[in-house]
Amino acid sequence: MTSAGPEGAGAPPVIDVRNLTKRFGDKLVVDGFDMSVPRGAIYGFLGPNGSGKTTTIRMMCGLLTPDGGTGKCLGYDIVRQASEIKARVGYMTQRFSLYEDLSIRENLDFMARMYRMPKRRQRVTLALEDLGLADRAKQLAGTLSGGWKQRLALAACMIHDPELLLLDEPTAGVDPKARRDFWREIRSLADNGVTVLVSTHYMDEAVQCDHIAYIAYGRKLIDGASREIPSIVGLSTFEISGPDLRALEEALEDAPGVEQVARFGSVLHASGTDKAQLAAAVKALDGQDGVHVSERSTGLEEAFIHLMTGASDNYAADPSRKVPS
Amino acid sequence: MNGFLSINRFVAVLVKEFLQMRRDRMTFAMMIALPIVQLLLFGYAINSDPRHMPTLIEMNDTGPVSRAMVSALSNSTYFDIQRPIAGASAAEKAFRHGDATFVVTIPPNFERDVIRGDRPKILIEADASDPTATGGAVAALSGIVSSAIGQALPGAVADLAAGPDPFGVIVHRHYNPAGITTYNIVPGLLAIILSMTMIMVTAIAIVRERERGTLETLIATPVRPAEVMAGKILPYVLVGFVQTAVFFIVARLLFNVPFDGGLGGFIIGLNLFIVVNLALGFLFSTVARNQMQAMQMSFFFIMPSILLSGFLFPFAGMPGWAQTLGTAIPATHFIRIIRKVMLKGATLPDLWPDMVALTAIMAVVTAVALFRYRQTLD
Repeated sequence: MTSAGPEGAGAPPVIDVRNLTKRFGDKLVVDGFDMSVPRGAIYGFLGPNGSGKTTTIRMMCGLLTPDGGTGKCLGYDIVRQASEIKARVGYMTQRFSLYEDLSIRENLDFMARMYRMPKRRQRVTLALEDLGLADRAKQLAGTLSGGWKQRLALAACMIHDPELLLLDEPTAGVDPKARRDFWREIRSLADNGVTVLVSTHYMDEAVQCDHIAYIAYGRKLIDGASREIPSIVGLSTFEISGPDLRALEEALEDAPGVEQVARFGSVLHASGTDKAQLAAAVKALDGQDGVHVSERSTGLEEAFIHLMTGASDNYAADPSRKVPS
Repeated sequence: MNGFLSINRFVAVLVKEFLQMRRDRMTFAMMIALPIVQLLLFGYAINSDPRHMPTLIEMNDTGPVSRAMVSALSNSTYFDIQRPIAGASAAEKAFRHGDATFVVTIPPNFERDVIRGDRPKILIEADASDPTATGGAVAALSGIVSSAIGQALPGAVADLAAGPDPFGVIVHRHYNPAGITTYNIVPGLLAIILSMTMIMVTAIAIVRERERGTLETLIATPVRPAEVMAGKILPYVLVGFVQTAVFFIVARLLFNVPFDGGLGGFIIGLNLFIVVNLALGFLFSTVARNQMQAMQMSFFFIMPSILLSGFLFPFAGMPGWAQTLGTAIPATHFIRIIRKVMLKGATLPDLWPDMVALTAIMAVVTAVALFRYRQTLD
């Protein structure tokens, strides 16, 4: 129990699961999953499609019964006390799952009743105002755009002031501006003590998280504070600038030791796990017309690109092969 | 160019349809099973010339002629003589309870009157609320009487057999003396209408949530199965009331069907029946994987509700296994309730057996539905 979150806070962790396992038929979807989420953290849950993120989240909030393992969520047993957990957790599903044929207010009102909120009317009105939808309260939820649906869904799963938010790919199909607003909201919730576990495969969202767990083929491969992720991944990075970035990029992509090249504004970042080989490859370019090469610390971005490109969809593949390093 | 029909595109659609048909096993199985099951079920069960109708007998005379008459009735296979009763009130009660389709009364001193040549009459009272059920038996009566005479009058009084019939029968048709089929069908229709709409609306209730993805939000909340079930069922109870009200107005105005019985007993029965159908729909909803399957299951259930419930064909005319099956169908009991109430003037005490049956079915269906309803997505 004292092996709390990566930051080792004194308070017991909000989520503490050990060795969670789930199989659908003969397919092992989640395999020996451990996780400990400290209070007030924004915990990013990364992994390719089909890696078991949704299944894991569903087990944590009592929507699925694990085939093996134990766990507590907000101090309640995830198998035996699912209804206690459900009452205290806000869960936002991957797909919009409010009633499209109810109005915005009716949806919020329904959820508020489900959680038996005192002063329900007031609470709903407040939520509508926070949402900025007070004047459209009577509009049917189904007629909202993707971004608004997502904000409504967040408001709905927050209506009972949960201590823990489980967000399953909350920003899929939402435009960048709406995503940024969404994350500002998440950040302010976390500042107020709400713990947030958010699954995503957007890199720009992953960098918003305090902690990251990376899952592939149902197994957790990496778990740590965001700033430690680059060193955990073990990547070295060089920054290259020059007049013709396109040509440089092409040259680097084929060079030995260069595992990924990414463009950041007017410079390229070339990264690889074998530092000596990588250094040799980029040094070969140094000194050409206006080309500058310098070593830099590996950022979270490079680490995520590395993780994400290492694993493709996890649906059909054999888990014994192709596990990203 | 685009004006021509393309064989390739037609084949593409064709192949796709076959692929989808193969994937939807349940629909495919239904299409194959439906004709087989229905043929076997209804082909054997339905009988529009029903025999073995429950018959009670009041024996005020036990002489050989009386006994010959009883055995002739029995041998005709139309009448299934079950037990003796005494007094008109007992007969009346048996009819209202639905225990008997016929009550045969052999008058006192029957034997003596036959021998004297007074040509006495045997009274046969029929529950004509279902004219089909009684029609065949009544038509067979004159044959039955002659056979009884042939059997009973050998020897000394044999000469009586040669003249006009030494005794006769009088048939009294109760509840629907004119044998108007409408009086039988219209009350039963309420059961069928309610069954159809109530089962279908709730059958899609949970599946629709699952299809639209809203089920995940619903079960992520602390809501309990019984809360979901009650909340989904109650609105349609009101719809059922409205349907019933409309039904009675039309039945009264257009068909002039009487309503002789007690309103209290009817209302209790109505509520039970509506709720049992809604619970059944809810159960289908927890089993079906999509709305299409839910509709198919409803349809699958409504067929026997029409054919095995006594709505179209006399219940007593069906073979034993079909009657057992019919007893498990809620419509069977509600049809009895409503016919008793509308045509026979029945009140609550006459309706107990049907109420108990409906309650039992409801308890079983509700228990299974709540057991089937999952609070998880497993």
